[in-house]
Amino acid sequence: MALLEIKNLCVSVDDNAILDNINLNIGRGETHVLMGPNGAGKSTLGNALMGNPAYKITSGNIYFNGLDIKEESADKRAKAGMFMSFQNPLEVPGINLSSFIRNAIAVQTGQKIRFSQFRQDLAKNMELLNFDPSYKDRDLNVGFSGGEKKKAEILQLLMLKPKFAILDETDSGLDVDAVRTVSEGIREYQKYEDGALLIITHSTRILESLHVDRTHILVKGRIAESGDGSLVEKINENGFEKYLD
Amino acid sequence: MEKERTEVNDIDRSIYDFKDSEEDFYRVKEGLTPAIVDQISKEKHDPEWMRQFRQKSLEIYEKLRVPDWGPDISGLNMDDIVTYVRPNTKMSAKWEEVPEDIRNTFERLGIPQAERESLAGVGAQYDSELVYHNVKDEVSKTGVVYTDMESALTGEYEQMVKDHFMKLVPPSDHKFAALHGAVWSGGSFVYVPPGVKLDIPLQSYFRLNAAGAGQFEHTLIIVSEGADLHFIEGCSAPKYNVANLHAGCVELYVGKNARLRYSTIENWSKNMYNLNTKRAICEEGASIEWVSGSFGSHVSYLYPSSILKGDDSHAEFTGITFAGRGQNLDTGAKMFHMGKNTSSFINTKSISKDGGISTYRSSVTVMPGAENAKASVSCASLMLDDISRSDTIPAMDIRTDKADIGHEAKIGRISDDAVFYLMSRGISEEEAKAMIVSGFADPVSKELPLEYAVEMNNLIRLEMKGAIG
Repeated sequence: MALLEIKNLCVSVDDNAILDNINLNIGRGETHVLMGPNGAGKSTLGNALMGNPAYKITSGNIYFNGLDIKEESADKRAKAGMFMSFQNPLEVPGINLSSFIRNAIAVQTGQKIRFSQFRQDLAKNMELLNFDPSYKDRDLNVGFSGGEKKKAEILQLLMLKPKFAILDETDSGLDVDAVRTVSEGIREYQKYEDGALLIITHSTRILESLHVDRTHILVKGRIAESGDGSLVEKINENGFEKYLD
Repeated sequence: MEKERTEVNDIDRSIYDFKDSEEDFYRVKEGLTPAIVDQISKEKHDPEWMRQFRQKSLEIYEKLRVPDWGPDISGLNMDDIVTYVRPNTKMSAKWEEVPEDIRNTFERLGIPQAERESLAGVGAQYDSELVYHNVKDEVSKTGVVYTDMESALTGEYEQMVKDHFMKLVPPSDHKFAALHGAVWSGGSFVYVPPGVKLDIPLQSYFRLNAAGAGQFEHTLIIVSEGADLHFIEGCSAPKYNVANLHAGCVELYVGKNARLRYSTIENWSKNMYNLNTKRAICEEGASIEWVSGSFGSHVSYLYPSSILKGDDSHAEFTGITFAGRGQNLDTGAKMFHMGKNTSSFINTKSISKDGGISTYRSSVTVMPGAENAKASVSCASLMLDDISRSDTIPAMDIRTDKADIGHEAKIGRISDDAVFYLMSRGISEEEAKAMIVSGFADPVSKELPLEYAVEMNNLIRLEMKGAIG
């Protein structure tokens, strides 16, 4: 049984049908890549999977760990082991990054982790991401640059250790060095047993140093082609033109 | 996916909503007549000048009109309001001597505990009279006077009271100031001698327990040259089905190079008409800092004012207002720049939900002589749903071109994306919204003493609770 099973999924936003009959299985520990031109519906799939109420599932099902989660709210999905790195992480004044992560771990696991342990893990992961440690005491994403926001997302991924993570355009707006650090963080996450990924991207830079199990090409709300990791290279050479007729 | 329906429930205010019986209490008849005012004066053993002051105020009250520029207060009928309710006890400096039910009330509100932990002195008013008053010895030794208004009025500070009482807020100021002048009772008198700096705060707590009653406490604080004081005021009342009225008056005199910080958390029940008047006057180089949290009440009119009379004086107002269902809270601040090089900062946050209306109203006046005045106003509102309202009415009257004036207003709705973002980390919808609201309120919480910041966050959580279906 796959960790995530998407069956005949149709999603609309503001009564506009965006995704049409998506079928996709992601197994434990697998890394899948979702590529496609702008406006294809990639982020819609991410949001629908994570339970954003603005994205309405009109038909089809989502099973996570064998359970139908279609009706569950985002916080329940997170507690079940899902995570999404946001394309545009939101600024939340009044709570600092460190307390926020600690709080999220506490609500997800139902227990408080020891502060010394937490601080150690946090410092280690921030170092891995080449993330200025003073940011842990700053309000969540407030005044962070684009790159720092993405690092904060990957930091949360590493700290929360979900079973499955959606990375929505994590590489967009990052310079070459930042892409390298962020993808180092992602590789670290892959090392966890069962750490599955759906990487949504329209470029291939972030994938260069990552192992990819499956690649899916999303065009106009449908999966136009699926293949193994080598499909990424073909897209790299030829773009999406052949799907756009 | 079907979005969960958001349903509106009244919040659980049980920590504040308990009520005590008041069978043995002395209360005057409802309504307002010269005879009732004389009766209050007699009960309180006023000096003759005060009796006359009350009658004069009543005359003014009769002549003034109910304000028609703010929230509707037609539900308030003065013929139904009991203006004086005296608990059946004498004021005590020993906590054990306060009658048990009243003691329980304040204990549930955490007052004696706060006193033990972090305060230099405490006064607790129950209905119309102070029932408990205590100042730490080391504070009394510095010459600081902190007493109830009644004692101040008949003791060695009578002349000082007479020179200052309702001079800053005269009864002619507005109808409810006149009412206050006629029926005031209770409140605090504080005098800080020159150069004395108190490093821990004084506090008074006002509790209105009686149904259909009014509370009209008077706070008079005189901070002398070079002195420094932090005064904290807390207010609450249980909920009744009849209208209650709070028309207190706060007068703050801040002397040359003195500093006063005045912090308030008002948490009245939602049947309360809160028509409170607060004003401060600053001499040369003086500074007044207001921190104000307005929760509860059915209708509020509250605009603490600062008169920057002396050169180089300074005023700051930091406030937060939270209006829920059935509440219309009209709050803000007023700044009058008279002296040169004066500066004022207003920073407010208002939150409205479940159809609540919150209006920010302020005025900044810079007089022609107030050269190099600097004023800045920043107000932000957050609406938690589509049925709530938030308005911003900032007035500015700048009569010199040598002034530096800034204004910034932000009105926004709680962001669904931000709620979803927090929920995607496992945080429940209710908690996510509370986090966003607390974060919005954070700049104000930071200004409060720690235990009040905690109380304010609890109030926000209380208000947010039950908001999700």
